[in-house]
Amino acid sequence: MKGSAQALEGIKVADFSWIIAGPLTGEFLGDFGAEVIRIESYTNPDNLRSISPMKGGISGINRSATFARYNCSKYGISLNLKHPKGLEVAKRLVAWADIVLENFTPGVMERLGLGYEELKKVKPDIIMLSLPLLGHSGPLANHPGLGVQLSDLIGFGNITGWPDREPSTLPGAYTDLISPYCAISALMAALDYRRRTSKGQYIELSQFEAGIHFLAPVILDWLVNGREPVRKGNQCDYAAPHGVYRCRGHERWCAITVFTDEEWESLCHVLGNPALAKPAFKTLMGRIENATEIDRLVEEWTANHSAEEVMMKLQEAGVPAGVVLNGRDLFENPQLSARGFYKELTHLEIGPHHYPSPPFKLPKTPGEPRMAAPCLGQHNEYVCRQILGMSDEEFVQLLNEGVFE
Amino acid sequence: MLSPYRALDLTDEKGFLCGRVLADLGADVIKIEPPRGEPSRNIGPFYHNIPHPEKSLYWFAYNSGKRGTTLNIETSDGREIFKKLIGTADFVIESFAPGYLESLGLGYSTLCAINPRIILTSITPFGQSGPYRDYRTSDLVSMSLGGYVYLTGEHDQPPVRVGFPQAYLHGGLAGAAGAMIAHYHRQLTGEGQWVDVSIQEACAWIPLDSYNFWEISQLLEERHGAVRVRPETGARLRRVWKCKDGYVNFELYGGALARAFTIPLVAWMTEEWMAPDFLRQIDWAAFDYSTATKEEVDRIAEVVSRFFLTHTKAELWEGGIKRRCVVYPVASPKEVVNNVQLNARDYWVKIEHPELGDTITYPGPWIRPSESSLRQQQRAPLIGEHNVEVFAEIGLSKTEINMLKQAGVI
Repeated sequence: MKGSAQALEGIKVADFSWIIAGPLTGEFLGDFGAEVIRIESYTNPDNLRSISPMKGGISGINRSATFARYNCSKYGISLNLKHPKGLEVAKRLVAWADIVLENFTPGVMERLGLGYEELKKVKPDIIMLSLPLLGHSGPLANHPGLGVQLSDLIGFGNITGWPDREPSTLPGAYTDLISPYCAISALMAALDYRRRTSKGQYIELSQFEAGIHFLAPVILDWLVNGREPVRKGNQCDYAAPHGVYRCRGHERWCAITVFTDEEWESLCHVLGNPALAKPAFKTLMGRIENATEIDRLVEEWTANHSAEEVMMKLQEAGVPAGVVLNGRDLFENPQLSARGFYKELTHLEIGPHHYPSPPFKLPKTPGEPRMAAPCLGQHNEYVCRQILGMSDEEFVQLLNEGVFE
Repeated sequence: MLSPYRALDLTDEKGFLCGRVLADLGADVIKIEPPRGEPSRNIGPFYHNIPHPEKSLYWFAYNSGKRGTTLNIETSDGREIFKKLIGTADFVIESFAPGYLESLGLGYSTLCAINPRIILTSITPFGQSGPYRDYRTSDLVSMSLGGYVYLTGEHDQPPVRVGFPQAYLHGGLAGAAGAMIAHYHRQLTGEGQWVDVSIQEACAWIPLDSYNFWEISQLLEERHGAVRVRPETGARLRRVWKCKDGYVNFELYGGALARAFTIPLVAWMTEEWMAPDFLRQIDWAAFDYSTATKEEVDRIAEVVSRFFLTHTKAELWEGGIKRRCVVYPVASPKEVVNNVQLNARDYWVKIEHPELGDTITYPGPWIRPSESSLRQQQRAPLIGEHNVEVFAEIGLSKTEINMLKQAGVI
């Protein structure tokens, strides 16, 4: 994990978090040069370790590529935190660290003896970040749930999908992709603040509270105007055509959005269909009114072309268009490839596979996946011996006492 | 926490959130708009449905906490003033098309020559390089090229986007993270840099594991909204259920997750005499959907769906909380605003809008740092609201400001 100029070189992170929001925060920090140690245990391994895809379709605690993608650029140790000596090792890691990350159910860190007040005794200027789902206080602090449900509690599902169908719950854990950027911004501010004042701090990030900002105008519209949002597929109130159009092949689609007269004329020129030259379609009002007919005419053309052709022809003419990329397309996308988005690293059990890079480039201090995700307990010895400076005897004794189980 | 620092924010809607996060963390964020106001002030919805650049709720939501100036950086005077401001700033945030600032003679190398500590954060649809660099985009196009649209919606319908534009919010927030990492490095070394944010790349992070499925298993993950179809068995697994007055989110998990889902639900149904024998006899900890038949799953879904239909959203949410059962409402804005957890935590903040003669309630803090409550929010700036105070600071007199106003520079 050595590099010449790394933005976060020298920053040390003890990452007790799990699932996505916390681990991804740690991963981005590691990508930019922080030394990150992911702490897990055999008794309670990360749920993500049991999620497909597994290498070769064979289940195994170290074979999930989903776990891997959120945990590269980290060392991994397994630590039984319920063992008194395991707790002691954890505290030594805290004493070593600048930052502690966790997103267990509220109360778990306290019960383990690793609450902020305890950590402050070990390291007075520690910066601790918790990312609970619903918040650390309040009547629902301990109510279980995952990102999948949280996106509906915020209201994303309510507005997504078709007017004549039930709400389309968002795929994956949507809000888990919002919190890490907020977390990193706050952590960097906290590091800077610590440099100026020598004070650490505790930062709480409720994923519920952060996620609401991604629908803030919808909420304001309700509060101020009393408007109830409706589901409207891909429609936009002030643009037409505006949608996803079927292209040649199975499940091939291209998004096309026309906002201005200029874009409309370019689209007509590319499609070359005289039926589109109607005077009624010349104005935005006319296009909105006739959106269904226009959609049909546009799809008549797209259905005979590949999605890539549709995008390229329209983009060359200045019309915003984009292939609706599936997993394979993402992996093979020329733009993402040209910018080196997916980087290959060799994982101990999965073998060579790819990890996405952070969506921001810092040319003077490049950040990228630097080390494949750890197998459970892969760096126990390295962390204890090299980082914590334990003697061989001490390490072997802890090993025999089951501290790393 | 960031009170010693200043950011100049030239963004349109593609980058609003970057400056918003810095402002919330305490930085002095100054918006620089074209003299008649940033065109993104025309994005709806509007206050009391009155379409007006000073009444955009979209603008309000994402620009609060910032100060506002106007400056035409396409004029020579505007450029000179901008360069003076660069000397006072720590961050510049922009979302122009790649090459635009360079074409005005205000590219990174110029800014860096004036102030080597400056961090320029550029938030663009595809980044500053690559074959799509100059492609145009929109929310739908960016979300499509990030791979999320393909996965969203119902399996028997076309792909669909999230019902409120999201792509630029991801780009803006990623920009804040990138700018802050560069800031940490700059404060140690004195070296600024040019942060290049690609909205497409931010969007490509949203799908949980679709590229992964292809790379590892050569499988394509498909759309499943309210209903997920198991490819091995054809079983239809519902995630969105109709109840008396709307919908709830619930999954009939087997295995470890059943403890917080199916097991407490079946117990609840039993309390209400709505759990038939066959349902109560299922060993949920061992239940495995890769082998459960379509008929078996349909039979379970039928009785569960009957149970949900006898209750309201509020009954299911509150009853679930009592029983530690993960039934979440598919919430409307009203239900979000009335959420007991948010209110107990004093989440919502009231911000005065004196010129509207009104106080508007806003979503509260993104994060809660113990060392500084996030700064008391100010409402978003009016067009050119802080021109005089900001320009006076770099030595412009009232007479000069007057002159430049009439010349269309500010």
